Amino acid sequence: MINLDKFRDPVVAAKLVKRIEGLCDGPYSFMEVCGSHTMAISQFGIRGLIPRSIKLLSGPGCPVCVTSLYDIDRMIALAGLKDVIFTTFGDMIRVPGSHSSLREAKSQGADVRILYSPLDALQIAAENPGKQVVFAGVGFETTSPTIIATVLEAKEKGLENFSVYPAFKTVPHALKAILESGRTKIDGFLCPGHVSAIIGSAPYQFIPAEYQIPCVIAGFEPLDILESIVMLLEQLRSHKKEGLAFSVQTEYRRGVPDAGNPNALAMLDKVTEPCTAEWRAIGSIPETGLCFREKYVSFDAAKRFEVDVPPAIEPQGCICGQVMMGLHQPDECPMFGKKCTPESPVGPCMVSSEGACAAWYKYGTEN
Amino acid sequence: MCLAIPAKIETIEGNKAEVDIRGLKRSIGLHMMPDAKVGEFVLIHAGFAIQRIDPKEAEETYRLLEETGITIT
Repeated sequence: MINLDKFRDPVVAAKLVKRIEGLCDGPYSFMEVCGSHTMAISQFGIRGLIPRSIKLLSGPGCPVCVTSLYDIDRMIALAGLKDVIFTTFGDMIRVPGSHSSLREAKSQGADVRILYSPLDALQIAAENPGKQVVFAGVGFETTSPTIIATVLEAKEKGLENFSVYPAFKTVPHALKAILESGRTKIDGFLCPGHVSAIIGSAPYQFIPAEYQIPCVIAGFEPLDILESIVMLLEQLRSHKKEGLAFSVQTEYRRGVPDAGNPNALAMLDKVTEPCTAEWRAIGSIPETGLCFREKYVSFDAAKRFEVDVPPAIEPQGCICGQVMMGLHQPDECPMFGKKCTPESPVGPCMVSSEGACAAWYKYGTEN
Repeated sequence: MCLAIPAKIETIEGNKAEVDIRGLKRSIGLHMMPDAKVGEFVLIHAGFAIQRIDPKEAEETYRLLEETGITIT
Protein backbone atom coordinates (compact mmCIF):
# COMPACT_ATOMS: atom_id res chain seq x y z
CA MET A 1 0.00 0.00 0.00
CA ILE A 2 1.17 3.51 -0.60
CA ASN A 3 2.32 5.04 2.63
CA LEU A 4 0.47 8.33 2.84
CA ASP A 5 0.93 8.57 6.62
CA LYS A 6 4.21 10.33 6.05
CA PHE A 7 2.21 13.26 4.66
CA ARG A 8 1.47 13.89 8.35
CA ASP A 9 5.14 13.96 9.43
CA PRO A 10 5.45 16.65 12.13
CA VAL A 11 9.16 17.30 11.42
CA VAL A 12 8.47 18.16 7.78
CA ALA A 13 5.37 20.12 8.82
CA ALA A 14 7.52 22.25 11.14
CA LYS A 15 9.89 23.01 8.23
CA LEU A 16 7.00 24.01 5.99
CA VAL A 17 5.59 26.26 8.73
CA LYS A 18 8.99 27.97 9.04
CA ARG A 19 9.03 28.48 5.30
CA ILE A 20 5.52 29.94 5.38
CA GLU A 21 6.62 32.33 8.14
CA GLY A 22 9.60 33.41 6.04
CA LEU A 23 7.59 33.88 2.85
CA CYS A 24 4.56 35.64 4.28
CA ASP A 25 4.95 39.33 3.56
CA GLY A 26 1.51 40.69 4.08
CA PRO A 27 -1.98 40.02 5.14
CA TYR A 28 -3.34 37.43 2.70
CA SER A 29 -6.68 35.69 2.36
CA PHE A 30 -6.68 32.25 0.76
CA MET A 31 -9.94 30.51 -0.03
CA GLU A 32 -10.39 26.74 -0.06
CA VAL A 33 -13.28 25.41 -2.07
CA CYS A 34 -13.70 21.89 -0.80
CA GLY A 35 -15.47 20.61 2.29
CA SER A 36 -12.75 18.01 2.79
CA HIS A 37 -10.16 20.82 2.86
CA THR A 38 -12.32 22.72 5.33
CA MET A 39 -12.35 19.66 7.58
CA ALA A 40 -8.63 18.92 7.15
CA ILE A 41 -7.63 22.53 7.92
CA SER A 42 -9.64 22.46 11.15
CA GLN A 43 -8.79 18.88 12.10
CA PHE A 44 -5.03 19.35 11.76
CA GLY A 45 -5.10 22.82 13.33
CA ILE A 46 -3.53 24.50 10.28
CA ARG A 47 -4.87 27.96 11.21
CA GLY A 48 -3.09 27.75 14.54
CA LEU A 49 0.21 26.77 12.87
CA ILE A 50 0.51 29.53 10.28
CA PRO A 51 0.96 33.28 10.83
CA ARG A 52 -2.19 35.15 11.80
CA SER A 53 -1.69 37.41 8.78
CA ILE A 54 -2.83 34.51 6.57
CA LYS A 55 -6.57 34.13 6.70
CA LEU A 56 -8.01 30.83 5.45
CA LEU A 57 -11.54 31.29 4.15
CA SER A 58 -13.99 28.49 3.42
CA GLY A 59 -15.63 28.96 0.06
CA PRO A 60 -18.71 27.21 -1.31
CA GLY A 61 -17.03 23.79 -1.16
CA CYS A 62 -19.65 21.79 0.64
CA PRO A 63 -22.19 20.42 -1.86
CA VAL A 64 -24.85 19.89 0.78
CA CYS A 65 -24.46 23.49 2.00
CA VAL A 66 -24.89 24.99 -1.47
CA THR A 67 -27.95 22.90 -2.36
CA SER A 68 -30.83 25.35 -2.61
CA LEU A 69 -33.68 25.14 -0.17
CA TYR A 70 -35.97 24.89 -3.21
CA ASP A 71 -34.25 21.63 -4.20
CA ILE A 72 -34.17 20.32 -0.61
CA ASP A 73 -37.90 20.98 -0.19
CA ARG A 74 -38.63 19.20 -3.47
CA MET A 75 -36.51 16.19 -2.55
CA ILE A 76 -38.33 15.90 0.79
CA ALA A 77 -41.66 16.12 -1.04
CA LEU A 78 -40.53 13.44 -3.51
CA ALA A 79 -39.48 11.18 -0.65
CA GLY A 80 -43.02 11.44 0.74
CA LEU A 81 -44.70 10.26 -2.46
CA LYS A 82 -46.43 6.91 -2.39
CA ASP A 83 -44.38 4.09 -3.93
CA VAL A 84 -41.15 6.13 -3.95
CA ILE A 85 -37.96 4.83 -2.36
CA PHE A 86 -35.78 7.89 -1.89
CA THR A 87 -32.05 7.13 -1.81
CA THR A 88 -29.30 9.53 -0.84
CA PHE A 89 -25.77 9.94 0.49
CA GLY A 90 -25.81 10.31 4.26
CA ASP A 91 -24.91 14.01 4.34
CA MET A 92 -28.30 15.10 3.00
CA ILE A 93 -30.51 13.33 5.49
CA ARG A 94 -30.36 15.86 8.34
CA VAL A 95 -30.45 19.05 6.28
CA PRO A 96 -33.54 20.97 7.33
CA GLY A 97 -35.85 22.07 4.55
CA SER A 98 -38.35 24.86 5.05
CA HIS A 99 -40.67 22.62 7.05
CA SER A 100 -39.10 19.18 7.38
CA SER A 101 -36.03 17.11 6.56
CA LEU A 102 -35.45 13.75 4.90
CA ARG A 103 -34.90 12.30 8.36
CA GLU A 104 -38.22 13.68 9.57
CA ALA A 105 -39.94 12.40 6.44
CA LYS A 106 -38.44 8.97 7.16
CA SER A 107 -39.68 9.04 10.74
CA GLN A 108 -43.14 9.80 9.39
CA GLY A 109 -43.09 6.74 7.19
CA ALA A 110 -41.32 7.77 3.99
CA ASP A 111 -38.96 5.13 2.60
CA VAL A 112 -35.64 7.04 2.74
CA ARG A 113 -32.43 5.01 2.48
CA ILE A 114 -28.84 6.11 2.92
CA LEU A 115 -26.44 4.61 0.40
CA TYR A 116 -22.67 4.52 0.18
CA SER A 117 -22.72 4.27 -3.59
CA PRO A 118 -25.41 5.28 -6.11
CA LEU A 119 -24.88 1.85 -7.72
CA ASP A 120 -26.62 0.35 -4.68
CA ALA A 121 -29.80 2.16 -5.79
CA LEU A 122 -29.90 -0.05 -8.89
CA GLN A 123 -30.00 -3.16 -6.75
CA ILE A 124 -32.93 -1.66 -4.83
CA ALA A 125 -34.66 -0.75 -8.11
CA ALA A 126 -34.22 -4.30 -9.43
CA GLU A 127 -35.61 -5.79 -6.22
CA ASN A 128 -38.59 -3.42 -6.11
CA PRO A 129 -40.06 -3.35 -9.61
CA GLY A 130 -43.35 -1.92 -8.32
CA LYS A 131 -41.61 1.10 -6.74
CA GLN A 132 -39.84 4.15 -8.08
CA VAL A 133 -36.27 4.57 -6.82
CA VAL A 134 -35.03 8.16 -6.79
CA PHE A 135 -31.44 9.16 -6.00
CA ALA A 136 -30.55 12.62 -4.65
CA GLY A 137 -28.19 14.00 -7.30
CA VAL A 138 -26.15 16.23 -5.03
CA GLY A 139 -22.44 16.77 -5.53
CA PHE A 140 -19.61 18.43 -7.39
CA GLU A 141 -17.59 17.01 -10.28
CA THR A 142 -16.06 14.35 -8.00
CA THR A 143 -19.46 12.85 -7.30
CA SER A 144 -21.60 13.62 -10.37
CA PRO A 145 -19.76 11.09 -12.60
CA THR A 146 -20.52 8.31 -10.11
CA ILE A 147 -24.23 9.13 -10.33
CA ILE A 148 -24.15 9.55 -14.10
CA ALA A 149 -22.30 6.21 -14.48
CA THR A 150 -25.18 4.73 -12.48
CA VAL A 151 -27.71 6.32 -14.85
CA LEU A 152 -25.87 4.78 -17.81
CA GLU A 153 -25.88 1.39 -16.14
CA ALA A 154 -29.62 1.71 -15.40
CA LYS A 155 -30.21 2.48 -19.07
CA GLU A 156 -28.13 -0.50 -20.12
CA LYS A 157 -30.01 -2.79 -17.74
CA GLY A 158 -33.37 -1.34 -18.79
CA LEU A 159 -34.21 -0.31 -15.22
CA GLU A 160 -37.02 2.14 -15.83
CA ASN A 161 -37.94 2.65 -12.18
CA PHE A 162 -34.72 4.54 -11.39
CA SER A 163 -34.26 8.30 -11.66
CA VAL A 164 -32.12 11.09 -10.23
CA TYR A 165 -33.14 14.45 -8.81
CA PRO A 166 -30.48 16.63 -10.47
CA ALA A 167 -29.01 19.21 -8.09
CA PHE A 168 -25.42 18.86 -9.34
CA LYS A 169 -23.02 21.79 -9.14
CA THR A 170 -19.75 22.52 -10.88
CA VAL A 171 -16.93 24.47 -9.26
CA PRO A 172 -15.00 26.73 -11.69
CA HIS A 173 -17.84 29.09 -12.67
CA ALA A 174 -18.84 29.39 -9.02
CA LEU A 175 -15.36 30.77 -8.30
CA LYS A 176 -15.90 33.20 -11.14
CA ALA A 177 -19.19 34.31 -9.56
CA ILE A 178 -17.45 34.95 -6.24
CA LEU A 179 -14.72 36.96 -7.97
CA GLU A 180 -17.27 38.86 -10.07
CA SER A 181 -19.24 39.81 -6.96
CA GLY A 182 -16.18 41.82 -5.93
CA ARG A 183 -17.18 41.44 -2.30
CA THR A 184 -14.46 39.12 -1.10
CA LYS A 185 -10.73 39.89 -1.08
CA ILE A 186 -9.03 36.70 -2.24
CA ASP A 187 -5.26 36.49 -2.77
CA GLY A 188 -5.15 32.82 -3.71
CA PHE A 189 -7.28 29.72 -4.18
CA LEU A 190 -6.63 26.27 -2.76
CA CYS A 191 -8.43 24.35 -5.50
CA PRO A 192 -10.27 21.11 -4.66
CA GLY A 193 -8.09 18.01 -5.13
CA HIS A 194 -10.71 15.44 -5.96
CA VAL A 195 -12.87 17.69 -8.13
CA SER A 196 -9.63 18.35 -10.02
CA ALA A 197 -8.92 14.61 -10.25
CA ILE A 198 -11.91 14.65 -12.62
CA ILE A 199 -11.71 18.07 -14.33
CA GLY A 200 -7.92 18.55 -14.36
CA SER A 201 -6.21 21.91 -14.07
CA ALA A 202 -7.32 23.70 -17.26
CA PRO A 203 -10.78 24.87 -16.05
CA TYR A 204 -9.12 27.14 -13.44
CA GLN A 205 -6.79 28.89 -15.91
CA PHE A 206 -9.09 31.90 -16.21
CA ILE A 207 -8.46 32.76 -12.55
CA PRO A 208 -4.77 33.71 -12.90
CA ALA A 209 -5.28 34.91 -16.50
CA GLU A 210 -8.29 37.18 -15.99
CA TYR A 211 -8.25 37.95 -12.28
CA GLN A 212 -4.50 37.77 -11.49
CA ILE A 213 -4.98 35.37 -8.61
CA PRO A 214 -2.74 32.31 -8.04
CA CYS A 215 -4.26 28.83 -7.74
CA VAL A 216 -2.85 25.64 -6.25
CA ILE A 217 -4.67 22.30 -6.54
CA ALA A 218 -4.17 20.85 -3.07
CA GLY A 219 -4.20 17.41 -1.49
CA PHE A 220 -5.82 16.63 1.85
CA GLU A 221 -3.05 15.68 4.24
CA PRO A 222 -1.56 18.36 6.51
CA LEU A 223 1.70 18.49 4.55
CA ASP A 224 -0.28 18.87 1.30
CA ILE A 225 -2.13 21.87 2.69
CA LEU A 226 0.97 23.49 4.17
CA GLU A 227 2.92 22.97 0.93
CA SER A 228 0.03 24.44 -1.08
CA ILE A 229 0.15 27.55 1.11
CA VAL A 230 3.92 27.71 0.48
CA MET A 231 3.27 27.50 -3.27
CA LEU A 232 0.68 30.31 -3.17
CA LEU A 233 3.08 32.50 -1.17
CA GLU A 234 5.92 31.73 -3.59
CA GLN A 235 3.76 32.77 -6.52
CA LEU A 236 2.78 35.99 -4.74
CA ARG A 237 6.41 36.68 -3.91
CA SER A 238 7.80 36.11 -7.40
CA HIS A 239 4.96 38.17 -8.84
CA LYS A 240 5.84 41.04 -6.52
CA LYS A 241 9.62 40.77 -6.91
CA GLU A 242 10.06 39.73 -10.51
CA GLY A 243 6.69 40.47 -12.06
CA LEU A 244 6.11 36.77 -12.86
CA ALA A 245 2.58 35.90 -14.02
CA PHE A 246 0.33 33.88 -11.74
CA SER A 247 -0.57 30.31 -12.68
CA VAL A 248 -2.47 27.18 -11.71
CA GLN A 249 -0.08 24.77 -10.00
CA THR A 250 -0.79 21.27 -8.75
CA GLU A 251 0.55 20.25 -5.39
CA TYR A 252 -1.61 17.06 -5.36
CA ARG A 253 0.25 15.55 -8.30
CA ARG A 254 -0.18 11.97 -7.10
CA GLY A 255 -3.94 12.18 -7.76
CA VAL A 256 -4.40 14.93 -10.34
CA PRO A 257 -3.10 14.56 -13.88
CA ASP A 258 -3.38 17.82 -15.86
CA ALA A 259 -6.12 16.35 -18.06
CA GLY A 260 -8.18 15.04 -15.13
CA ASN A 261 -10.20 11.93 -15.96
CA PRO A 262 -11.28 12.15 -19.63
CA ASN A 263 -13.53 9.06 -19.32
CA ALA A 264 -15.50 10.65 -16.50
CA LEU A 265 -15.75 13.95 -18.37
CA ALA A 266 -16.96 12.18 -21.54
CA MET A 267 -19.62 10.38 -19.49
CA LEU A 268 -20.84 13.65 -17.97
CA ASP A 269 -20.94 15.26 -21.41
CA LYS A 270 -22.84 12.33 -22.90
CA VAL A 271 -25.66 12.48 -20.37
CA THR A 272 -25.75 16.08 -19.12
CA GLU A 273 -25.19 19.63 -20.30
CA PRO A 274 -24.24 22.75 -18.35
CA CYS A 275 -27.17 24.82 -17.14
CA THR A 276 -27.83 27.59 -14.67
CA ALA A 277 -27.93 26.41 -11.06
CA GLU A 278 -29.32 27.95 -7.91
CA TRP A 279 -26.68 28.06 -5.13
CA ARG A 280 -28.05 28.37 -1.65
CA ALA A 281 -27.59 31.86 -0.23
CA ILE A 282 -25.41 32.81 -3.19
CA GLY A 283 -27.99 32.84 -5.93
CA SER A 284 -28.28 31.71 -9.48
CA ILE A 285 -24.99 31.12 -11.35
CA PRO A 286 -24.89 30.34 -15.09
CA GLU A 287 -23.05 27.20 -16.27
CA THR A 288 -22.72 25.70 -12.77
CA GLY A 289 -25.42 23.07 -12.96
CA LEU A 290 -25.68 19.84 -14.91
CA CYS A 291 -29.05 19.11 -16.51
CA PHE A 292 -30.02 15.93 -18.30
CA ARG A 293 -29.72 16.01 -22.07
CA GLU A 294 -32.93 15.36 -24.01
CA LYS A 295 -31.96 11.74 -24.68
CA TYR A 296 -31.70 11.02 -20.94
CA VAL A 297 -34.51 13.22 -19.70
CA SER A 298 -36.53 10.16 -18.63
CA PHE A 299 -34.02 9.78 -15.77
CA ASP A 300 -34.81 13.28 -14.48
CA ALA A 301 -36.84 12.82 -11.30
CA ALA A 302 -37.67 16.53 -11.23
CA LYS A 303 -39.53 16.03 -14.53
CA ARG A 304 -40.84 12.53 -13.85
CA PHE A 305 -42.72 13.44 -10.67
CA GLU A 306 -45.04 16.33 -10.01
CA VAL A 307 -44.67 17.75 -6.52
CA ASP A 308 -46.40 20.80 -5.19
CA VAL A 309 -44.03 22.67 -2.91
CA PRO A 310 -44.71 26.01 -1.22
CA PRO A 311 -42.07 28.77 -1.54
CA ALA A 312 -38.91 28.08 0.48
CA ILE A 313 -38.41 29.79 3.85
CA GLU A 314 -34.75 30.42 4.73
CA PRO A 315 -33.81 30.16 8.43
CA GLN A 316 -33.78 33.58 10.07
CA GLY A 317 -30.43 35.04 11.02
CA CYS A 318 -28.24 32.31 9.45
CA ILE A 319 -25.11 33.73 7.76
CA CYS A 320 -24.05 30.46 6.08
CA GLY A 321 -24.20 32.14 2.66
CA GLN A 322 -21.85 34.90 3.76
CA VAL A 323 -19.52 32.33 5.30
CA MET A 324 -19.41 30.46 1.98
CA MET A 325 -18.63 33.70 0.16
CA GLY A 326 -15.68 34.24 2.51
CA LEU A 327 -17.28 37.39 3.95
CA HIS A 328 -17.52 36.08 7.51
CA GLN A 329 -15.86 33.38 9.58
CA PRO A 330 -18.25 30.98 11.37
CA ASP A 331 -17.59 32.35 14.88
CA GLU A 332 -18.71 35.80 13.75
CA CYS A 333 -22.29 34.53 13.63
CA PRO A 334 -24.17 35.42 16.85
CA MET A 335 -25.89 32.02 16.78
CA PHE A 336 -22.64 30.01 16.40
CA GLY A 337 -22.31 27.44 19.19
CA LYS A 338 -25.31 28.92 21.00
CA LYS A 339 -28.57 28.64 19.15
CA CYS A 340 -26.84 26.78 16.30
CA THR A 341 -24.93 23.58 17.08
CA PRO A 342 -24.45 20.27 15.22
CA GLU A 343 -27.11 18.72 17.49
CA SER A 344 -29.57 21.49 16.71
CA PRO A 345 -28.37 23.16 13.50
CA VAL A 346 -30.03 26.28 12.12
CA GLY A 347 -28.33 26.39 8.73
CA PRO A 348 -26.60 24.02 6.32
CA CYS A 349 -23.01 25.05 7.22
CA MET A 350 -23.61 23.52 10.67
CA VAL A 351 -25.58 20.49 9.46
CA SER A 352 -23.17 19.01 6.98
CA SER A 353 -20.24 17.24 8.62
CA GLU A 354 -17.95 19.19 6.33
CA GLY A 355 -19.64 22.56 6.55
CA ALA A 356 -17.40 25.40 7.75
CA CYS A 357 -19.47 26.00 10.90
CA ALA A 358 -19.49 22.28 11.80
CA ALA A 359 -15.70 22.13 11.31
CA TRP A 360 -15.12 25.17 13.53
CA TYR A 361 -17.51 23.83 16.16
CA LYS A 362 -15.93 20.38 16.22
CA TYR A 363 -12.28 21.39 16.25
CA GLY A 364 -12.39 24.80 17.96
CA THR A 365 -12.29 28.32 16.59
CA GLU A 366 -8.54 28.69 17.04
CA ASN A 367 -7.81 25.96 14.52
CA MET B 1 -18.50 14.88 0.40
CA CYS B 2 -15.59 14.79 -2.04
CA LEU B 3 -13.62 12.45 0.17
CA ALA B 4 -11.77 9.80 -1.82
CA ILE B 5 -9.61 7.07 -0.36
CA PRO B 6 -6.71 5.15 -1.87
CA ALA B 7 -7.14 1.46 -2.62
CA LYS B 8 -5.29 -1.27 -4.49
CA ILE B 9 -7.00 -3.17 -7.29
CA GLU B 10 -6.86 -6.91 -6.63
CA THR B 11 -9.12 -8.44 -9.29
CA ILE B 12 -11.11 -7.10 -12.22
CA GLU B 13 -14.24 -8.52 -13.79
CA GLY B 14 -15.97 -6.45 -16.46
CA ASN B 15 -16.48 -2.96 -15.08
CA LYS B 16 -16.20 -4.09 -11.47
CA ALA B 17 -13.10 -4.59 -9.37
CA GLU B 18 -12.29 -5.98 -5.96
CA VAL B 19 -10.10 -3.54 -4.10
CA ASP B 20 -8.14 -3.55 -0.88
CA ILE B 21 -8.64 -0.46 1.27
CA ARG B 22 -6.12 -0.89 4.09
CA GLY B 23 -7.20 -4.48 4.58
CA LEU B 24 -10.89 -3.91 3.88
CA LYS B 25 -12.12 -5.62 0.69
CA ARG B 26 -14.78 -3.97 -1.40
CA SER B 27 -16.29 -4.19 -4.83
CA ILE B 28 -16.13 -0.93 -6.79
CA GLY B 29 -17.08 0.32 -10.26
CA LEU B 30 -14.43 0.86 -12.92
CA HIS B 31 -16.84 2.71 -15.23
CA MET B 32 -14.63 5.80 -15.22
CA MET B 33 -11.37 3.88 -15.46
CA PRO B 34 -11.89 1.15 -18.04
CA ASP B 35 -8.14 0.76 -18.56
CA ALA B 36 -7.27 0.23 -14.87
CA LYS B 37 -5.10 -2.79 -14.14
CA VAL B 38 -4.68 -5.23 -11.27
CA GLY B 39 -2.05 -3.96 -8.84
CA GLU B 40 -2.70 -0.28 -9.56
CA PHE B 41 -3.64 2.19 -6.85
CA VAL B 42 -6.82 4.17 -7.35
CA LEU B 43 -8.85 6.78 -5.51
CA ILE B 44 -12.26 5.45 -4.47
CA HIS B 45 -15.25 7.76 -4.16
CA ALA B 46 -18.87 6.67 -3.69
CA GLY B 47 -18.10 3.12 -4.79
CA PHE B 48 -16.18 4.03 -7.95
CA ALA B 49 -12.54 4.36 -8.89
CA ILE B 50 -12.25 7.99 -10.00
CA GLN B 51 -8.52 8.35 -10.64
CA ARG B 52 -5.17 6.58 -10.43
CA ILE B 53 -2.83 7.39 -7.60
CA ASP B 54 0.70 7.52 -8.78
CA PRO B 55 2.99 6.06 -6.07
CA LYS B 56 6.04 7.59 -7.83
CA GLU B 57 4.48 11.06 -7.67
CA ALA B 58 3.63 10.47 -4.00
CA GLU B 59 7.28 9.57 -3.29
CA GLU B 60 8.57 12.50 -5.31
CA THR B 61 6.23 15.00 -3.60
CA TYR B 62 7.26 13.73 -0.19
CA ARG B 63 10.97 13.83 -1.07
CA LEU B 64 10.63 17.46 -2.17
CA LEU B 65 8.75 18.34 1.01
CA GLU B 66 11.41 16.66 3.12
CA GLU B 67 14.05 18.75 1.39
CA THR B 68 12.16 22.00 1.96
CA GLY B 69 14.59 24.79 2.60
CA ILE B 70 13.71 27.25 5.29
CA THR B 71 15.86 30.06 3.98
CA ILE B 72 13.99 32.45 1.72
CA THR B 73 15.99 33.81 -1.16
